[in-house]
Amino acid sequence: MNRFADAASQLPSSRRRPGPSAFWHAKALGPGLRRDDEKCGFTAILGIVFALAMMFSSPTYAIDPLPFKDRTEELRFQALTRQLRCLVCQNESLADSSAPLAADLRRDVFEQMQAGKSDDEIKAWLTARYSDFVLYDPPLHAGTWLLWFGPPLVLLVGAAAVFVIVRRRARLAPAAPRAAVRPAADVEDDW
Amino acid sequence: MNARLLPLAGFVLVLALLGFGIQWSRTHDPREVPSPLIDKPAPQFALPLLKEPEKKLGSADLAGQPYLLNVFASWCFACRDEHPILMREGKRLGVKLVGFNYKDEPADAKRWLAQFGDPYDVIIADLPGDVAIDFGVTGAPETFLVDADGVIRYKYISPITPEVIATELLPRIARLKQGVQ
Repeated sequence: MNRFADAASQLPSSRRRPGPSAFWHAKALGPGLRRDDEKCGFTAILGIVFALAMMFSSPTYAIDPLPFKDRTEELRFQALTRQLRCLVCQNESLADSSAPLAADLRRDVFEQMQAGKSDDEIKAWLTARYSDFVLYDPPLHAGTWLLWFGPPLVLLVGAAAVFVIVRRRARLAPAAPRAAVRPAADVEDDW
Repeated sequence: MNARLLPLAGFVLVLALLGFGIQWSRTHDPREVPSPLIDKPAPQFALPLLKEPEKKLGSADLAGQPYLLNVFASWCFACRDEHPILMREGKRLGVKLVGFNYKDEPADAKRWLAQFGDPYDVIIADLPGDVAIDFGVTGAPETFLVDADGVIRYKYISPITPEVIATELLPRIARLKQGVQ
């Protein structure tokens, strides 16, 4: 059962993934992480190698490797998933999240890219299911009008208030020549 | 009007805005993903039954009467809070209660149901989680009310409580049934 038709053949056999239950059931960490004394030296070296590998790799590449055609496609995928919000860990982008749902959605985004969909079409597919919430950059429509124009509107109101106050003060000031009428000490009291 | 009161009025306005924001965040969960699928047709699907995987149940089979689709999984802790309420109130809802087993090993799900009881009329299993994405599911538990025409009328995220059943579900179910007759 594949919803994106022609992409089916290019997929690895990971469609039936175990899901989150596998995570909960991984009670024991396995023999590799048990502390056997004679293995400690080897484990330490392994640890250093691992730490070095982590230093020189970007975290986004560490998540489920997908069979990209070329580097351009990979970069497009990275750029697109970084604009999308993970629905589970909402402060993470789809590119960074390790939530099972994020992995599923990355897979779907990838499949749609393979099926020749444009970025906008993929975004529309996602917003049809998860609303604008999935987009980090909210689109401009009636519902987001206040979000987009609210701050400049407040700024304009503030600027108008300042303008009106300044104009009124100027009008109230004595019409007589202003130069050096008041002592210098008074000037500072104005503010 | 005294112009001296203008700054005070501005201050009160800002204060009111703040108060509104606090009130809003108390009554609304900012993490809740709004569903764009409300009042839209539920996605077409055909999923294997949990207890008889060789048989499939689809949206076409469910059409004709309203049903409540409850997303659950054995790995979901919050589902354990919800479960006794479904056990107690499920039969009193007056609609078919369809269990949607989400990304769960069938064996785990069956053991979970054997342990806590089975409130569902029928359970469909979505191990890959594809149909769940079509439904806009972000996790478990989630509950959808679908009417006889297959239109999603209501969605509730997080465990169902007796209050939600009384104030949100039962009135909507009653309205749906009136519409059918």
